Amino acid sequence: MKSIGAAVRDPGSTRRNKTGSWRTFKPVADKEKCIGCGLCYLYCPDGCISLEYDPDYDYCKGCGICAEECPVKAITMERE
Amino acid sequence: MKGVDEKEYLAPGHRACAGCGATIAARLALKALGENTIAVSATGCLEVITTPYPETAWEIPWIHVAFENASAVASGVEGALKAQGIEDTNIVVFGGDGGTTDIGMQSLSGAMERGQNIIYICYDNEAYMNTGIQRSSSTPFGASTTTSPAGKESFGEDKFKKNMAAIMVAHGVPYVATACISHPQDLMAKVKKASEIPGPAYIHVLQPCATGWGYSPEKTVKLGKLAVDTHMWVLYEAVNGKIEVTVKPSQKLPVEEYLKVQKRFRHLDEEHIGIIQNFVDGQSKQLGLSE
Repeated sequence: MKSIGAAVRDPGSTRRNKTGSWRTFKPVADKEKCIGCGLCYLYCPDGCISLEYDPDYDYCKGCGICAEECPVKAITMERE
Repeated sequence: MKGVDEKEYLAPGHRACAGCGATIAARLALKALGENTIAVSATGCLEVITTPYPETAWEIPWIHVAFENASAVASGVEGALKAQGIEDTNIVVFGGDGGTTDIGMQSLSGAMERGQNIIYICYDNEAYMNTGIQRSSSTPFGASTTTSPAGKESFGEDKFKKNMAAIMVAHGVPYVATACISHPQDLMAKVKKASEIPGPAYIHVLQPCATGWGYSPEKTVKLGKLAVDTHMWVLYEAVNGKIEVTVKPSQKLPVEEYLKVQKRFRHLDEEHIGIIQNFVDGQSKQLGLSE
């Protein structure tokens, strides 16, 4: 199939660009404290918190929303 | 997670600022719509950050069109699918506040008036953030932007925010709703409902923007909650024109709580804050949220 215009035929290909390098602080989760509410997963602008609530450091930009919104303070931001 | 599509339809690696509200809105909306969806994006932040050529963050078919014609193209997509006998695919448009309330208004009005079976989602960050924070007709009263700068001669934007949801209700659109990224379950439920109702649907999503509003990126969700708790942004839905508030904050905070944490409002004096409070009180009364 020929592409017309600027067609991109590789869905999700921004994954090539590891935005984790933007980060100065990284979220670190304390699984003991985690109550599994899922807010960090829902709020992550980069969709890089897994269903097991592990941040994906390849893409996490370190915005800190997850740590800010965690109702039990199970996530802390640590300097890289 | 229970009741939430576990697939990601917006891949990471996109170029959104850290703490971007627009990507939260798009990601949640796509989870509510699922795989059988075609997206159309007007020009704007979301388009630019998700598709740095030759890459794309989208995991579903997606087309970028000009500011003016996103709704017209979505109408065409609907017609083309219909001609092939496909009627169960969601067609969703993502337009920013500039692409919706200013430039894309005429084609949106046309699509809504014709009753096209499309879902239009406006991700509203209250200015043209992609081009450098110029005011749009969705910019709220008092906000300082690069084209409504606060200074000696001006207190910032001197007009109130355009009530886009009401304009859509006036079109006789069967489903109109407001939403905010701080209330993900409410947002997803509304998008889901929009996809189930035949005919057009319009959802106006408020999404705080760290870069344009002037606050620290981790506060994006906090700002959304403050907008809802001060009644600056009321979450409601209108099914066939009947308005019903969906989230009732337990207590109404003064607007100052919302304004003082943002650089764009920091210059406001008591008089202007009073004007905003009056406006918000009136709006909240009109929507039946307070007496």
